Amino acid sequence: MDTSVNLLGYRLDNPVIPASGTFGFGYEFAEFYDINCLGSISLKGTTLEPRYGNPLPRIAECPAGMLNSIGLQNPGVQKVVGEELVKLAKVFKKKAIANVGGSCTEDYVQTVEYFNHADNIFAIELNISCPNVKCGGMAFGTDPTVAGGLISAVKKVCTKPLIVKLSPNVTDISVLARAAEDAGADAVSLINTLLGMRIDLRTGKPILSMKAGGYSGRGVYPVALRMVYQVRQAVNIPVIGMGGISTAYDVLEMMMAGASAVMVGTANLIHPFACRDIIAALPGAMEEYKINSLETIIGRAHHA
Amino acid sequence: MECRKLIIQSNRPLNAAVWEMKLYGENLTSAPGQFIELEVPDCCLKRPFSVADCREDVLTILYKVVGEGTKKMTALAEGNKVCALTNLGKGFDSSSSVQPLLVGGGIGAAPLYFLAKEFAKKGIQPVILLAFRCAEEIYYMDEFDEVGNVLISTDNGSLGFQGNALDALKEYSPNFDIYFACGPLPMLRALAGFSDKGQLSLEARMGCGFGACMGCSIITVSGPKRVCKEGPVFAAGEVIF
Repeated sequence: MDTSVNLLGYRLDNPVIPASGTFGFGYEFAEFYDINCLGSISLKGTTLEPRYGNPLPRIAECPAGMLNSIGLQNPGVQKVVGEELVKLAKVFKKKAIANVGGSCTEDYVQTVEYFNHADNIFAIELNISCPNVKCGGMAFGTDPTVAGGLISAVKKVCTKPLIVKLSPNVTDISVLARAAEDAGADAVSLINTLLGMRIDLRTGKPILSMKAGGYSGRGVYPVALRMVYQVRQAVNIPVIGMGGISTAYDVLEMMMAGASAVMVGTANLIHPFACRDIIAALPGAMEEYKINSLETIIGRAHHA
Repeated sequence: MECRKLIIQSNRPLNAAVWEMKLYGENLTSAPGQFIELEVPDCCLKRPFSVADCREDVLTILYKVVGEGTKKMTALAEGNKVCALTNLGKGFDSSSSVQPLLVGGGIGAAPLYFLAKEFAKKGIQPVILLAFRCAEEIYYMDEFDEVGNVLISTDNGSLGFQGNALDALKEYSPNFDIYFACGPLPMLRALAGFSDKGQLSLEARMGCGFGACMGCSIITVSGPKRVCKEGPVFAAGEVIF
């Protein structure tokens, strides 16, 4: 039984990648289990300068998921490359994906340049879809012209394959996916979180200090699946599917929708062993549906 | 951190809002100031609760019913199995204190019971200042009495000193080398302003409880720190309120 997949020329033992922002820089999870079972890791979103992020509260629960408004807290790219990646390399023998955020084109470009020289990074994921930062973030990801301009600028300096992470907070995500492809993106990943809100019944005020935040978790899965299906039809570059994936069956379904690999996010926060358990359950789920090789089911739903 | 299934040994109300839950698990351990993340049926995220006691495989939490999750917890019965992440966070460092003062506000008194018992084991009787809004909100009075010298303050004066924790502290002015506090943020802020010879246990809305999501990061003099991982206990002079 073959769980391996090819992603941008890099062979993953399995398609399961912890999503950015739910797995830190990876090494802390090595205290819980051997993280070498993972296909790869998408690291915590990194910006040029260190960021604290938004005031607390940054978390609110929902019936089938959660809202977050972290605001890209990270120690800045110099510390990430100089310290965090070094710590990761000690416990993770595979290559990871660096996730890059920013407030302006120059920020993104400079941050990407730092990662060009990082040996344990095989691809860059460009976050143009974070709903929790005032400048940049989602602002880059909702207008196809603006997104295209940023991606072209980054592509000029980026020496590694470039993945563009898309926002679901648009009327038609396939328009943004095509803009990314046209501007030179090597792959797209989707979906980032959906904008949401909760109000505290006792105070009558929004729970989050930023009022709104990004909704993720099992509740978004069917939305994410539909968008992955739609984007698969719209572009010819690989699609990485994410949004509410919690089981091995979810992985199979997302791949049938068109995902070449998947990212698992909120599940890691609910259960620290989620990715390990999903990977362990994959062969059994494949056997149940008579799948010998995972790569053969990518986009199967489109051939029906 | 450990991820395990625990068996509910008892779950009972202590007053109108505060409940006590005892959880059994083989070789269950914890340190004062640490917390657990408890899975609640039909809730997406686990809930963080400080450990109020832990001995002979039984861990006690005291919880205030404030919302959907804690309401559901009151329905859990003896013998039910629940998933929990245990041994989370960095607790109190009580090693160098010989004349401790414990200050608890509301449900924040919970972890101080565990700490008071640790002092009692070493033959040290801490002064325990418990601050509540009113006498009806007091819980574990007998338990605290057994392990320390209890001082009470209530906002409405229905028991003990009338006023908040800091006013009571100034009034009673007990001698101490280090104070250990847990309670509402305004209380902790006031205490930190009063004296930096203390350790504060902070509360925060958490996503994961084990350091992954950055949902509970606070600002300290040495940069951002996670309440769940570097905390929940911080030096009083460390936190930037």
